[in-house]
This record gives sequence, C-alpha cells and structure tokens, in this order.
Amino acid sequence: MSVIEISGLHKAFGSLEVLRGIDLTVERGDVVCIIGPSGSGKSTLLRCVNLLEQPDSGKVVVDGTELTDPDVDIDKARRRLGMVFQSFNLFNHLTVLDNLTIAQRKVLGRSRDEAERIAKQNLEKVGLAGRERSMPSQLSGGQQQRAAIARALSMDPQVMLFDEPTSALDPELVGDVLGVMRALADEGMTMLVVTHEMQFAREVADTVLFMDGGVVVEQGPPAQVIGAPTQERTRTFLARVLNPTGDNP
Amino acid sequence: MALTRRQRRTAVRGTQYGVLVAAVLVLVFAANWGDIQRGFFDLNAAKQLFPDVLTIALVNTVKYTVLGFVFGLLLGLVLALMRLSSVPPYRWLATVYIEFFRGVPALLVFLAFGFGVPIAFHVRFTTLSTVVAALGLVGAAYMAETIRAGIQAVPKGQLEAARSLGMSQFRAMVSIVIPQAFRIVLPPLTNELILLAKDSSLVYLLGLTGSEYELTKYGRDAMNTVQSMTPLVAAGLCYLIITIPLSYLSRYLERRTSGESKRGLEVLS
Ligand SMILES: Nc1ncnc2c1ncn2[C@@H]1O[C@H](COP(=O)(O)OP(=O)(O)OP(=O)(O)O)[C@@H](O)[C@H]1O
Ligand SMILES: [Mg+2]
Repeated sequence: MSVIEISGLHKAFGSLEVLRGIDLTVERGDVVCIIGPSGSGKSTLLRCVNLLEQPDSGKVVVDGTELTDPDVDIDKARRRLGMVFQSFNLFNHLTVLDNLTIAQRKVLGRSRDEAERIAKQNLEKVGLAGRERSMPSQLSGGQQQRAAIARALSMDPQVMLFDEPTSALDPELVGDVLGVMRALADEGMTMLVVTHEMQFAREVADTVLFMDGGVVVEQGPPAQVIGAPTQERTRTFLARVLNPTGDNP
Repeated sequence: MALTRRQRRTAVRGTQYGVLVAAVLVLVFAANWGDIQRGFFDLNAAKQLFPDVLTIALVNTVKYTVLGFVFGLLLGLVLALMRLSSVPPYRWLATVYIEFFRGVPALLVFLAFGFGVPIAFHVRFTTLSTVVAALGLVGAAYMAETIRAGIQAVPKGQLEAARSLGMSQFRAMVSIVIPQAFRIVLPPLTNELILLAKDSSLVYLLGLTGSEYELTKYGRDAMNTVQSMTPLVAAGLCYLIITIPLSYLSRYLERRTSGESKRGLEVLS
C-alpha cells in the first residue's frame, strides 16, 4: 500500500496559484526527490503534506489517514511525518538532548529515561554522540541539521520530509548531511526530498519529480528525468543547474 | 583672529571646565551649608530612622513591587496572547485594556482601587491587595506590549518545527515560543520592574497603618516628626538601592541577549 497519496492538490496565496493540481503516490521505502526552479511550489507541496500549509482543495492521505479531512486530529496525524527544514529550526533555548526529547515526552508521553535513550541512539546515528549537552548555537550548520534530523527520527516517523536540507550549509558541510540521508534511505526510510543536489537525486532517489509553475512536469526514475528528460522545460532547468556558469564542459 | 583646530579645541575645553568650576564655586559660597545639612542630611534625625526604614518601609516597597510585578506579568502574558489571538473580540478587548491603562495616570488607578471600587462593589480590600492590583493592572498594560513584541520576535520556524513534531498550538506556545520570547524581553521587563518600584509609592494616598508604610509614606511621615527632609533623602537612597542594581542587571541582560543572537547569526552565515 502507498504511504502517501496526494491527489488534485491546489493551493493559492491570494491570487498567486502556487500548486495547480498535484498528484503523487509514494510507496513505502521509496525515496522521491523533488526538483524544480525557485518559486515552482516545491516547499509549498511539502508543507501541504503535513498541513503546515492548508491546501485549498485536493486530498492528502498518509498511511491510510486522510489529513485533509477536517475531522482528523492533525497533531496526531503529523507524528507519522518527520520534517527537516532548510533553516534547521532547532529550539534555540534547549540543549541538543532536550531538543530531541521534548516532543517525545510531551507528545508521545514517553518517560524521560526512555526519551533520552532513544535520543542518544539517534544522535549516534547522525554522528553527534557526545554533543547532548551542547546548545544549538554552539554547533556548526551541518551539525545543527544532523541534530534536526535526529530530532525528527526520535518520533519514529513513517515518512521523512526534507525541504532543501543542505541549501543553508557551507559546501564542505553538505556531505555529512547527505551522508546521513543516504544511510537513512538505505535503511528503508520513506523520504520526500526537495533538493538541488542532482548527484544525490541521481544516486539515491527511486523517483525524481520535476516541478514548474505549480504542476509536475515530468516524473520517473532519475536515469530518465535527469539522464534523458523528455520535456523541454526539464532540459532547460537541468542545463542551468548542472552547468551554472554556462560554459561547455 | 583665526584659530588652529588645536587652539580651538583647547579654548572649547577651557570654557567648559571654567563654567563647571564657576558653578561649583557659586554653590560652595552662596549656599548656606549649615542649613542644607540640617535640612537634608541631619545625622541625628537619620539615626532615628533605623531600623524601621529598612525593616518596614524598604521591605514593604519590595513586597508591593514584586507582588504587583508578578500579577502584572501573568496578566500581561494573557493580554499579549489575546492581542495575538485569531478571535477578533479578544484582540479588541486586549487593545482597549492596554490603551486605557497606558493612557491614564497610575495615580487615578490607585485612587479608583483605593476608594472607588470598594464603594461601588461593597467590598473591602486589604492595603496589600489594593496596591498589588493597582500596580499589576497598570504594569500589565505595558508588559503586554513588550511580551507581544517578544513573541513575534521568535522566528516562525520555531513554531513550525514544534507543530511538525506533533505538538498542539498550545503546547508549542508553552514549551517553545513563550520561553524564547521571555529571554528576548527580559531586559525591558527589568526596566518595567524599576518603574513599578517607583509607582508603588502612590499607595501613600491610601490610609495606611504603620506596619504597611512603604518608603515614600514612611519618609513623609518621619519628615514631620523629625522636622527635617532627612527621611526623604533616606527613602530616596533606599529606592536607589533597589533600582540601580536592577538597571545594571537590565543592561547586562541586554548585552547577553544581543551577544547570543550575534553568535547565532555567525553560525547561520
Ligand atoms: N506564506 C506565503 N504567502 C504568500 N506567498 C507565498 C507563501 N509561501 C510561498 N509563497 C509564494 O509561493 C511561491 C512558491 O513558493 P515555494 O516556497 O513553494 O517555492 P519553492 O519551489 O520552494 O522555491 P525555492 O526553491 O525558492 O524554495 C513563491 O512565489 C512564493 O513567494
Ligand atoms: Mg523552497
């Protein structure tokens, strides 16, 4: 059964139609990378999946629960979805450990001991063992993002949503974060990733989705969408992303 | 005559010091120091003030201020949340409250609570509850605006991260947004505490018993007994004992907060 089923998703901000009918199915264990030019609605789509943004129409079904149903308990439904933001959004007033345990305790009702045990496992997994007592401001961007991934993982999500997780990072820190995401994909985590990292999309994604102007222009395996795009818009975009200086290699 | 820059600077400096010296000389020779000392710094009169000026007056001022502040802080937080509510009537109510209590003199609020409310509602308040209510109601109006600004200064991503982890709006506000907002508004709240310490003096308008005297009332009363302004000077010094450390605390907190956000920015950039 599909973990995520999105159908006929529309979203406008005022008169600006950002999503104009998106259909998307994600199977369990799949990694779907969403690429596309700035302003094409990638973030909005991701934010509609966990209802940080309320869609105007269309359906979002996660693990058999329709999130767009007004009667659904959205706080409960969101627990199945982990989200990682471009700007990390670690809780600035809490230590790394408390960042990872607060929602476990307040939302899932886990004991402090259990929450800390799970948090430490996840910190270990992202290569941050021993940084439990640090404040977010004492970590590098790459470390903050890995802590944010560990925080989301500590809630045992069915699906992880990533919105340009490496865009705010210095180039030399990108690799660590992508490494963690790659390991997660290898473990079989279902992932929806908005990214500009074409190498990552090519190697890790099962499906690549090219969005432009609020619609899915092209989707398929990376070898097809990135390797041999059929749509002109996809080709133009890829030419710019893969060869930003414009000179011929 | 044209002066070089250096000469001009010397001349300006010289004039400034000259005026200062002249003013001091006038004070020293023109003032009658004997009278001034008897009037304001009478040591014998000062001795009679101890220990009551500390054990009763200072203690009461601190008590009234702290309790009024705590009440004002809680009410201010509620008002701030009402101002940010998505329910329009809450926003209107909070706005009316804030505009009203920021607009009228604190003195009127004290009079209303000391005399008006008891008559109108057939209730009797203790002095303590009157002063705490009046100080708190006034302080809340100012603190509400400060706290609201603090809440709005917490980056939106913090709330979104909390919600994405399954926290309810309420839980996210309580555990994530409000604690960060308070760290931001700690320096201005400390300033508000200073203002309330001084406003607590307005309670002197109400009929107080001896054990309820705070610094201003105590000083005024003692002034009549000892026939000297010395008690007022003593009371003034006691206010400074409270307010000067607070204003240093406020400046320290301000430096710490701005230092933190700078460090935060460095990491982000
Ligand atoms: N809350 C909002 N209010 C108004 N307009 C918005 C809002 N959020 C996004 N938009 C607009 O919607 C459009 C799509 O935004 P979105 O963030 O989804 O694009 P994106 O594909 O993620 O782009 P980028 O690669 O720059 O992140 C943009 O034009 C943006 O300005
Ligand atoms: Mg985006």
